[in-house]
Amino acid sequence: MSTVEKEWPLYEVFVRGKRGLNHVHVGSLHAADDRMALLHARDVYTRRNEGVSIWVVRADAIAASSPDEKDPMFAPSGDKVYRHPTFYDIPDNVPHM
Amino acid sequence: MTLTETAPGASEADLERQFEATIARHDRIEPRDWMPEGYRRTLVRQIAQHAHSEIIGMQPEGNWITRAPSLRRKAILLAKVQDEAGHGLYLYSAAETLGVSRLELTELLLAGRQKYSSIFNYPTLSYADVGTIGWLVDGAAICNQVPLCRTSYGPYGRAMIRVCKEESFHQRQGYELLATMMRGTDEQRAMVQESVNRFWWPALMMFGPPDADSPNTAQSMAWGIKRNTNDELRQKFVDMSVPQAEALGVTLPDPELRWNEERGHHDFGQPDWEEFMEGVKGNGPCNAQRMAHRRRAHEEGAWVREAATAYAAKQRGAAS
Repeated sequence: MSTVEKEWPLYEVFVRGKRGLNHVHVGSLHAADDRMALLHARDVYTRRNEGVSIWVVRADAIAASSPDEKDPMFAPSGDKVYRHPTFYDIPDNVPHM
Repeated sequence: MTLTETAPGASEADLERQFEATIARHDRIEPRDWMPEGYRRTLVRQIAQHAHSEIIGMQPEGNWITRAPSLRRKAILLAKVQDEAGHGLYLYSAAETLGVSRLELTELLLAGRQKYSSIFNYPTLSYADVGTIGWLVDGAAICNQVPLCRTSYGPYGRAMIRVCKEESFHQRQGYELLATMMRGTDEQRAMVQESVNRFWWPALMMFGPPDADSPNTAQSMAWGIKRNTNDELRQKFVDMSVPQAEALGVTLPDPELRWNEERGHHDFGQPDWEEFMEGVKGNGPCNAQRMAHRRRAHEEGAWVREAATAYAAKQRGAAS
């Protein structure tokens, strides 16, 4: 990233809304280091009790699938309908299933 | 993250068909999807202008923080102005997913090559203006922004959802401030009316020029970036504001404003579009002051940014 020297690096921010939930991506911000990224994330993304825990990670450290490669990437799950419970016919008189 | 990796072998026409199909399904476009250059350019321009507006928009109200009439009003105003900074950051963050950097956008603003909403070029002359801005200016912003929560570009829509949640506080604190003044002295009521007189027409201008003079609207709507035309949103705002003004006990300064039974909407007069165009060209009442302040803040903050970068580099050096 050529802009790093002029501009603080970009961090992606993930917030756990409350105990029992996953961290969810909420946006990004710029910070000089990890600690500043956490403090900025608190100020920008949790001004109204939106979170109980924050993860920040440098955007250039994330490996991502590309939607344009959707077919080959996600095809293995597309043709395995037998992985879903609705694939199986169970008689109506069988309870609790 | 790297942007727009395209599947090998897909032709430009295939990609464009996929893009059009996604828009037609009312599905969202996401950052790494292929998109037409015009779509990307329109979004960058619109989101950047929106982000700049939030940041410049801190100035008219920031003007009154040190002179708030009570600790309660001061705490509210501080929280509000801090939210505007936050909104600017959500929006810069959305713009950056399109492959531009926040610094680039800031530099374009400072060079006068990108714009911000002309509403922020009007001065705030009394504390009643803090209330009027919350009620009318943030009210108009909400009208504009609620449909943008469903805009076709995912990161923009998600930023708008966060912004809209917070704008509701902004509008309500403004209305409550004005209602409190209206229960006060004759002098306070006169301050509110005078403030509403100044801000009503600029608030109507926030929806942009009439549809006939808005050449980009059709393309933006075809792309699902905009969901309503300028005139539709302006009408909605007028219809919402009339009963609110009645409840408050102020008069909206438009002699042509009246209920039209046949249309089921209010008829109203047109703002001074020449004044609007002057503001867009940079000749509004406070353009020069707003830009000078923004430039000074950017320049005077440079040492903080540099010091933090140097400290981070030093810490990394010590750790390795």
